[in-house]
Amino acid sequence: MSVLVVLEKRGGLEALAAAYRLSADVEAVVIGSAEATAPVKTYVLNHPLLAQYTPDGYTAALEQLIRAVNPEAVVFPHTYQVRDYAPKLATRFGQPFISDVTDIQDKVHFVRQLFQGKLNADVSCAGRPLFVSVQAGAFRAAESSGSGTASVFEVRLDAAQIRSQPEAPFRESQRSVDLGAAEIIVSVGRGIKDKENIAVVEELAQVLNAELAASRPICDNGWLTMERQVGSSGQTVSPKMYLAVGISGAIQHLVGMKGSKTVVAINKDENAPIFESADYGIVGDLFEVVPALIEEIKKVRG
Amino acid sequence: MKIIVSVKQVPARDSSLRELETSDFSFEMNEPDAYALEEALQLRDKLGGEVVVVSAGPASAGQIIREALAKGADRAIHVETAEGERMSDALSTATLLAQAIKPEAPDFVLTGLQSDDLGYGQTGVVLAELLGFAHATIIMEVEPLDGKVRVKRELEDGWFQHVTLPLPAVLTIQSGIKKLRYATLMGIKKAKTKEVRVIPAAAASEAKVERVYAPERSKKSQIFTGDARTAAKELVEKLKFEARVI
Repeated sequence: MSVLVVLEKRGGLEALAAAYRLSADVEAVVIGSAEATAPVKTYVLNHPLLAQYTPDGYTAALEQLIRAVNPEAVVFPHTYQVRDYAPKLATRFGQPFISDVTDIQDKVHFVRQLFQGKLNADVSCAGRPLFVSVQAGAFRAAESSGSGTASVFEVRLDAAQIRSQPEAPFRESQRSVDLGAAEIIVSVGRGIKDKENIAVVEELAQVLNAELAASRPICDNGWLTMERQVGSSGQTVSPKMYLAVGISGAIQHLVGMKGSKTVVAINKDENAPIFESADYGIVGDLFEVVPALIEEIKKVRG
Repeated sequence: MKIIVSVKQVPARDSSLRELETSDFSFEMNEPDAYALEEALQLRDKLGGEVVVVSAGPASAGQIIREALAKGADRAIHVETAEGERMSDALSTATLLAQAIKPEAPDFVLTGLQSDDLGYGQTGVVLAELLGFAHATIIMEVEPLDGKVRVKRELEDGWFQHVTLPLPAVLTIQSGIKKLRYATLMGIKKAKTKEVRVIPAAAASEAKVERVYAPERSKKSQIFTGDARTAAKELVEKLKFEARVI
């Protein structure tokens, strides 16, 4: 099987590792610049109309390459940008896009998470080419060293094909909280139920000398500011200890804290996906567990 | 303005693993779709026109269609599939939806950024390709202009971007961007008289779900389940002497 890996700044080498699980016959493609390098033959797609990302531009360019190279599988990292155009590209080939894969078994079964990570499913697809994206952190990144060759592939694009007009990306405000530098993070999720209850975890953060963080719904509700959000749309953190309180562990949250050294989870649902990533866990009501934990920590910290 | 909003019925978000494994769960509207509906209703209230709800799913999905009508959608199209087709891939679902949407010639098609059950996160994008419309994903704000729309997209890691698209356009809406309205008693009453057109259909999924199972724990976790006091004591002991993080 011949596999084409689409490289992006993030996750490209993990996608390459996933591709090797399918075949040894792997080539790569990079769009716009040669920034991401891989130790394989890499097609470079350069065109003035690809200087800024648009779904129309990227889809048209990759469609031309795929029709020319004719791979049996196309593998992407599962980034927000890939989510924006890869389903469109796969549809051009009349193929489903098997997105956010966490494992590949026997070269034919793609493992995906269902119900926010509560269940797994093995998915197969007979049609070719296969279109697959891999979840961040699911595959150990392939070595980037070794000899790769760059090969420029001429794309034909016309300005009239590009329907959307993107403006420059921006950040909302200067961040005053740097969760990336925190040694200990206490993070709170939906389980906290009410804004008034945030005080409970604030006290826990205080006795641990930790930064307070949250999963998305808490920040959406305005209970904590957006800059405290951990996950794919928020910050990526890797503290010595990450203490998740009332967080079920949706994929979007897990990708933001997977790098933590020690993960502790407190949740009333023993099957919550967060326990998959936890080194230690307490199954129980956080409103009983957190105060008890504060007491115990005070004892050992004197 | 004609605004289509595509909604999906999914197992309730707080269903436990046991409930999911035994199919003993209740259903609700996919949460991101509820935000797409809210955005659609607010757009219509500002610009005039109508909101048409489209859903592909078995007969029981009528529940969330009525809910959408009760919240203020004007009419609905139910693409009715068999109960056993809930696992179909995004391409086959979007193909059914596109067949229902195309004759409506809408200005906007709104849907949630992903579903809480299968989580493919692509129905909106595939729909756009099948309909030949421009699209943008993970939208935080919608600003309609003359024949165009300017949206605020969420990128990763706290970045955002404005994009202007020509109409008709498909937008996938991020959860949590507006406060959701509740259905009023009047709304529930009115919903009963609103049109729901049912189109029988069969999904033809190319991607096959071969097996569904509970994930194995990848990490060796030590879980304490006793009473809060004992569990807290045991955990702190481990954190201090084993993990050495406090």
